[in-house]
Order: sequence, then C-alpha cells, then structure tokens
Amino acid sequence: MELLVASAVGVLTAGGVYLILRLRAFPVILGLALLSYAVNVFLFSTGRLMVNAPPVLNNYGDASYTDPLPQALVLTAIVISFGMTAVLVMFALGAYLEADDDSINMRDEIDDDAARADAEEGGA
Amino acid sequence: MTNGGSLLPIIALLPFLGALVPGLMIRAGRNACATFTAVPTIAALAMLGVLTPDVLAGNTLTASFEWLPQMGLSASFFLDGLGLLFAFMILGVGLLITLYARFYLSGDDPMGQFYTYLLLFQGAMLGIVLSDNILLLLIFWELTSLSSFLLIGYWKHLPEGRQGARMALAVTGSGGLAMIAGMLILGNIVGSYNLTDILAAGDLIRASDWYLPALILILLGAFTKSAQFPFHFWLPHAMAAPTPVSAYLHSATMVKAGVFLMARMWPALAGTDAWFYIVSITGLITMVLGALIALFKDDLKALLAFSTVSHLGLLTMLLGLGTEKAAIAAVFHIINHLTFKAALFMTAGIVDHETHTRDIKRLGGLAKFMPVTALIGTVAALSMAGIPLFNGFLSKELMLEEAAHTEWYENDWIVPFLATLGALLSVAYSLRFIFHVFAGPARDDYPAHPHDPPFGMWASPAFLAVLVVLIGILPGLAQPVVKMAADAVTGQDLDFYLKIWHGVTPALIMSIIAVVGGAILLGLHKPLDRIWNAVPRPEAKVIFDALMAGVVALSKGLTEGLHNGAISRYLAIFVAATVALVYAAFSGGTLSPPTREMLPVPPVVAVGYVLLMAATVLVVLNHRQRFRALVLIGIIGLMISAGFVYLSAPDLALTQISVETVTIMLLLLALHFLPKTTPAESGAALRLRDGAVAIAAGVGVAALALTFLMRDFNSISDYHLANSYEGGGGTNVVNVILVDFRGYDTFGEIIVLGIAGLTIYALMEALLNGPAARRLRNADYSQDRSRDRHPLMMVVATRAMLPIAVMVGVYIFLRGHNQPGGGFVAGLVISIALLMQYMASGFGWTQSRQRLEYHTMIGWGVLVAGLTGVGAWLGGAPFLTSIYGYIKLPFIEKFGLGSAFAFDLGVFLTVLGAVMLMLYSLSRIARYAGETVNVEPMDYDPSTKRELKQPEGN
Repeated sequence: MELLVASAVGVLTAGGVYLILRLRAFPVILGLALLSYAVNVFLFSTGRLMVNAPPVLNNYGDASYTDPLPQALVLTAIVISFGMTAVLVMFALGAYLEADDDSINMRDEIDDDAARADAEEGGA
Repeated sequence: MTNGGSLLPIIALLPFLGALVPGLMIRAGRNACATFTAVPTIAALAMLGVLTPDVLAGNTLTASFEWLPQMGLSASFFLDGLGLLFAFMILGVGLLITLYARFYLSGDDPMGQFYTYLLLFQGAMLGIVLSDNILLLLIFWELTSLSSFLLIGYWKHLPEGRQGARMALAVTGSGGLAMIAGMLILGNIVGSYNLTDILAAGDLIRASDWYLPALILILLGAFTKSAQFPFHFWLPHAMAAPTPVSAYLHSATMVKAGVFLMARMWPALAGTDAWFYIVSITGLITMVLGALIALFKDDLKALLAFSTVSHLGLLTMLLGLGTEKAAIAAVFHIINHLTFKAALFMTAGIVDHETHTRDIKRLGGLAKFMPVTALIGTVAALSMAGIPLFNGFLSKELMLEEAAHTEWYENDWIVPFLATLGALLSVAYSLRFIFHVFAGPARDDYPAHPHDPPFGMWASPAFLAVLVVLIGILPGLAQPVVKMAADAVTGQDLDFYLKIWHGVTPALIMSIIAVVGGAILLGLHKPLDRIWNAVPRPEAKVIFDALMAGVVALSKGLTEGLHNGAISRYLAIFVAATVALVYAAFSGGTLSPPTREMLPVPPVVAVGYVLLMAATVLVVLNHRQRFRALVLIGIIGLMISAGFVYLSAPDLALTQISVETVTIMLLLLALHFLPKTTPAESGAALRLRDGAVAIAAGVGVAALALTFLMRDFNSISDYHLANSYEGGGGTNVVNVILVDFRGYDTFGEIIVLGIAGLTIYALMEALLNGPAARRLRNADYSQDRSRDRHPLMMVVATRAMLPIAVMVGVYIFLRGHNQPGGGFVAGLVISIALLMQYMASGFGWTQSRQRLEYHTMIGWGVLVAGLTGVGAWLGGAPFLTSIYGYIKLPFIEKFGLGSAFAFDLGVFLTVLGAVMLMLYSLSRIARYAGETVNVEPMDYDPSTKRELKQPEGN
C-alpha cells in the first residue's frame, strides 16, 4: 500500500510538473490541479497510512485512530486549492479575452518568433 | 550635561516640519512663502543660541531616544563645538539664502517647491551635524543626497539641470553607500554605533585589522561628497542649479558635509600614515587642480565652482596632516571660506540676474553700473585671494605655515611648493574675478542694462562681506568660535591665538610669492588661455556618461537575460533547483532503517490505483484535447476520494469529492470561452527537457514519500485525540481541530477563500468593462449551444433534489462535530445543489430568484466566525476558546451545542458564498457572449402545453 501511495504521488507530481511547463494557460491549470492532488496526498500521508481507523472517537474500548492533524490541514488545503484554481482560471480567461491568446510567456517572444518565421518565409 | 539636550531633536526636526508649510503657503504670495521658510530657521537659530553658552563652556549636550535597540539604532543627538559651528553655519546661511532667493527667483518659478526642498535639505544637513548615532547620521547623509538632487534639478526644464542633478546623486549617493559599509565596520570594531563611543575608542579602531577598509570606505563617502579628486567633476555640473542653491550647497553645506565628517572622525581615524597620505595627497592634488581649472573657466559660476573644489582640497589636506595646528587652520578656514564663497556666489548670481550673462568674456567694467555689487564682490574675492586685512589671508597663512614643514616620504619641498602653487593660482583666479568682471572700461554690449539690485538681494552678501572684513581686521572675534570647534575636533584643550602679524615667517614669504605670481599670471592670462584651450584634456562628463551607459547596459542585459518573461522557463529552473537542493539535503544526512510493515493491497484498491495511474498518464498525453483532459481529471479526483475513504479519512473524502465537482464545473464554464484544443507549440527538445525535469521531480517526491511512510514518528496528535472530547466537545477529531485546536488557521483560511471569491468578482467586473466585453460580443459561440438548453427532465429532477440536497447539507453540517462532515463540506454540498438550479434553468431565471447576495454571505461568514472568537474574550479566555454544553429539546435527542458550532456556521457561510460568487462571476460572461436570457424555467413547459419563446437580450 505504501508503495502504491508513494508512486501515485510521484506520478501525479511528474504529470503536474510536466503540464505546468507547457506554454498555454489551460494545461498549466490542469498541471496545477494534478500538483494539488499530489501535494494533498503527500501531506495526508505524512500521518502514515492506516485502514479502518478514522479519527472519530467511539465508546467501544481502546480503538486505534489514525493521525487527525494532517487530515485537518489537508481538508482546508483542498478548499483553498479550489479557490486558487478558480482565481487562476479567471486570470487565464481574462488574459485570453483581452489579448486573444492564452500563452503564459511574454508576448514579445512570440512576436520575435513570428517575425523570424515571416523573415524566413520572405527569404524562401 | 543633558539639561539643554532636549532641545536638540526639536532643532533637527524643525526644518522638516517647516518644509511642509512653504509648499502650501505659496498661494498666499511670495513674501508669505519666504517668511514661513524663515520662521523654522529663526526658531532653530534661537534655540541654538540658548544652548551656545553651555557648549562654549566646554560641555557636550546629548539627547537620546531608543529606536531600534536590537540593531543599535537610536535617535540620539549631541551637540559639541564642531556641531554647533556647523549648525550655526547651516541655519545662518540658510536664512540669508532664503532672503536672497526671494528676490532671485522669478515669478515663473514654483517658489513653494523651492523653499520646501531648501528646508528639507537644511534639515538633512542639521541632522548630520547633530547626530550622535552613526546609523542615524547615515540616514541624514543619504537625505542630503536626495534633497540636493531635488534642489540641483530644480529647473526641470533645463537638460543641464537634470543631468547635473543625476550626476550629483550618482556620485554622492554611491559614495554614501560605501560609507554605510565603512560605518558598519566601524560600529562592529567598537561594538557601538554611538559616535561618542566611537570617538573615544580611537586607539582600538586604529589597531584593528579592519581599520584600513573602514577608513577607505568612509573616506570614499567624504571625498565624493566634498568633491575631491577624482570625484570633483560633479560639483561644476551641479552649477546648473539656481544660484541660491549653488551658494548654499557649495559654500556652507553639502560639500562641507564631507569635510565635517572628516573633522568629526578625526579623533577616531586620524593619526596614522594611511590617513596622512591618503587624505593629504588627495587634498593637495584637488587644491592645485581645482585652482588651475578655475583660472581658465569663463563662466562665473564655473570659476567659483572649481575654486570651491580647490578650497575643499585645501581643507581636506589640512585635516589630512593630522596635527592640532592644521585642525585649527581647517576650522578657521571653514568659517572664512563660508563667508567669502557664499558672498561670491550671490554676487555672481546678481551679475547674472542683472546682465543676463555669466560669461566673463562678455563682462567687465561693471563697477560703474553696480557699485554696491562690485564692492561686495571685490571684498569677497580679495579674501579668497588671501590678501591681508581680509579673513581669507589669516587661514591661508596658517595653512602655508603648516605646509612649510610637512614632509612626504622625507621630501621637504614638494608640499610647500604645491601649496604655494595652489595659493598662487587662487590669487590669479580671484583677481580675474575682480578685474575681468568689475574693473576695466565700461562696455555697451551687455545683454541687459546692468544696475544694482534692490536692497533685499544684496543684503545677504553684504552682511557676509562685513563679516569678511571684521574677522580680517579683528581675528580675535573669531577666536572663541574657532577654539570651541577645534577643541571638539581634536578632543583637546588647545592653546592658540589668532592674529594678523606673525613676523617674517616662511608662510609670509610663500604668501608674497603667491600674490606677486598670481598677479603676473593674470597679466599673462590671454596667451595662457589660448594654450589651455589648445591642449586636449580628458572630459570628466564624457567619461562619467560612458561609465553610466556601461552600467545601465550591463544591468539591462542581466535583467532581460534572466527575467525574459518566459514563465515556463522560470518554473523549469525553479523545479530543477528544488529537486537538486532536496537531493543535496537528503543525501547529506543519515537514514534510520524502516520500522513499519507495508499494508496489504486488496484487489479493489489495486484496480483504483491502476485507474488513477492510467488517468494521470492519459491527462498528460491528451492535454491538448481540453475537454477529454477534464473528464480524465474527474477520474483522478474520484479515485483520490476513494483512496481517502479507504485510508481512514472520511472527512477528506467528502471534501475532495464535493470540491472535485465544483472544480470540474468551473473548468467547464471556463473552457466554453477558451480554445478547445491547445496548439502543439513545444518542440521535441523542450518536451524532452520538461519530461526530464518532471520525472526527476516525480521520482524525488515518490522516494521522499516512501521513505517517511516506512518509518514511525512522534506526533502531537495524541494530544488532540486525548482532548478532543473533553476539551472540544466533539468526537470527530478532524473537525474539532479545524474549529477549535487550530481555529485560528481555519479563520485565516476562510478569509483567504473569501478574498479569492471577491478577487474573481472584481476581475470579472474589470474584464467586462474592458475590451474583452467587445470581443465577447463579437465572438461566435453558436456551435457550442445545445438546442435543448433547459431540458424538462433536468429541471424537474433538480427541483426535486434541491430540498433533499439542502437537507443533506444541513445534516452534514450539524453532525460535523461528532461525525464526518462540518462547515466546509456542508458549504460545498449546498453550493452544488444551488449550482444545479443554474445549470438546469439558466442564469437569468435562477438569479432572479436568488434573495441573498453572495458577497454579503462571505462577509457574514467571516463576521460570525470572528465574533465567535471574540465571544471567548467575554469569558476572559483567549481568542477562539470554545465553550460547549448539552441541550435537550423536545422530540429530538439530546445534542451538544458549543461555540464551535457558531464558528463552523461562519465557515459554512463563507465557503458557500465564495464558491457561489466564483461560479456566478464566470457564468456572467455568458451574458456578454450574446447568450439569451431565459425567464422561464424550462424550454418546453408541459403544464402550459405550448412552446415557450425566449426573448432576446443580454
């Protein structure tokens, strides 16, 4: 089980990092979503893994409980990461609607590329 | 003695307070403005006058306030003889300049600004001379650089003014930076930043290994400020300022700050070979060079500027010699230079004002037209030349006397020779000022008809000229002042007597040579001038400009090279650097053996795992097909929720699944307005690089996770588990942590969420008022539109579901304290229920039925949570301490109710408000995109048996 959780966190991180390095806003948002999953599961797992031991107290003798603290932290993190995603979506949307382009890098680079492409076409 | 000291901070503060007034008073007229500038100066002078007897008696006054004691920074002031002399000079000349500027500046100049700048500068200078803490001194030091920048560039329309101001700021400012470093070293050596401590620890400082670096850095600050070679070039360029500024900055204040600092630091730093050679050689070179250039300048103010450079060199050299007599000469010359140079600058300003030119070649014979000005100018210039019966002669004699027996590397003629040469050149340019401007035949080609200015304008220089003569004839008058300041510089009780006639001394002979030689040189001026102009010389401004251009190009290249706007590149570097750092940290320590057994993996979990992995890989592969990627993201979210369920985290599972739902809705809404596919832009090399970075990060995180998952640890959670019921009144420990143990965190988090919601609302508001709105109206989204937009089935189903969903939400909320659930989850569940109404019946219909504003809900949520926390204060407990009790109501079971409940209600309201505001804002775009507004709940209403028509609108 531990191996599965660790590898899942790793794969989610790798996917997330790859996607945030893309050049358009939408894949970057997807990448951040993946990274949020990865981080949340990572933080959650710092409380170590336990099955059938939810941190809800019961009256039946000495039951064992999993660590509640990481859960509490991750719970708010999930909600906050939603808020962050929403703000980013709005940025991306605003940038796209204002500039007709959802590239995340500065425009002059694109312009340079376009100019170079134009020059090459002109030369050819 | 501290009794009078309490006045010191007030004196230092007065000009700053007063600086506010002239800018505001200018509407009341120029006279009122000038008067209000004079008031704080006169008040400060009066207070100084009260303190003078004490200081003359040899006492040092102090006043101190702790400011940042951790950093050794205190607002402490002290006043000794040197400080008092400078303070009088700064304020006294400031007053004269205020009067002079009133008449000098024309009606077109913004006079209020001028006086404000002037007072700011005056305050900064006063601060330097009164500071007891060197850190405080540094602050005032930089303030003089800044305020002099404003003053020099006062005529903003003149390019020379702007360039001169910039150059002065660059040179003196960078010198100031060097000085900061030097002062910090000094403070570290002594262990105190208090000037009084530092001055008392001279032996310790001189013995320190760090003495030389500190000395060089501090001298850099002093030399740049006092325009010593090779930093002398900024001063002549600062002459583009209005003449009152030049007269103030370059006679009494700005440039004297460097000299003041050297005098102030004299007991701590002087007395070593390093000090002797660095300071005296620099001073002597500057003195001769400045005098030489001054002789060949045709601009009156440039001549005076270079003569100032020369005299500053003289003062620097005297301080560099390090003997008591040299210190006396330096202090005396500071006073004398102030009197004649300020008078000369003002005279030059009058000439410029009346004839509209400062070019010496176009002047001459002015004595006939403006006799008063000519008289003042002649007296001051004769003093500058060092002619007997004027005060300049006295201090120059003292200087030559000292130079006569100074040896450099056992060479006994070079210093006297150069000092005599400097004096000779000084006589030549001083006489030139008299003969080429005032004497000679009257001309008839002046640009304007010259005449003496009104009394107000010549009153200030005349006053100074009277001082020149008075001190010159009766040097005993200056005796107590000079003794007071020189005692403070040297830290000793000096015994000397100022007098005119010392007998036939080497100094007198050198003086006679200088006067005769200077007169001869002036006679030869014409041919010499031709030679001077024919010889090529390095132009300081060109070198400076080239240097500045180089620095600018370098920093621009660096900035643009590193910060080129490619966010994806920054991110790649950031991730790679993080991986490398974590690897370094990880491999640097030791690792204990694993202590935990791995849990078994049941088949269902394995299936979920495979689904998760496959979905992740597919998202990456399919990220260009945006809609498909969203579906796959949904699968990942679901699998993670399932994982939380399995791994004993029911609260997380509930939260994750509801957040997942709203996230997907949000992304779907956004996708409607974004391109549906991502263009393939990155080449193979880029993908390979990103892939490598991503895999490195993934492997690193997985390894880290596996490492700690296999090891036990000590957690503070046992405390939470043990106290959850007794202390927090709940059995769901996660919820109790959220609303009680770590309630402060949660409080902060709901505020963040609320801010995020409001940010989105504000962004949308700005967006829809900008060009985006136009673009939206013109875009064609028709192909996205379903023909059956508000299907009957969905409308009916969501209506039926709404009360059920709300009930579930309330149930989850109520049981949250004891069972999985709580405010976060309940807020999300109810927002999903509301969202479904929007989806089914459209924005217009739903919005018209919505009674509560989402903004208000956020506000109420934060308020309720905050007030709950404050409520704990009523019971005398800290913020957010929770109380609870059990309540028995008829018909339902006994249940616990605590303040945590109210807090959770705040969480609930904020989450609901924020989530709804976010989605509401996004769906508002649709209306701008030409979407029709529906006023009926569904497209086809069977109860009315007719096709509803949707009215057009936006």
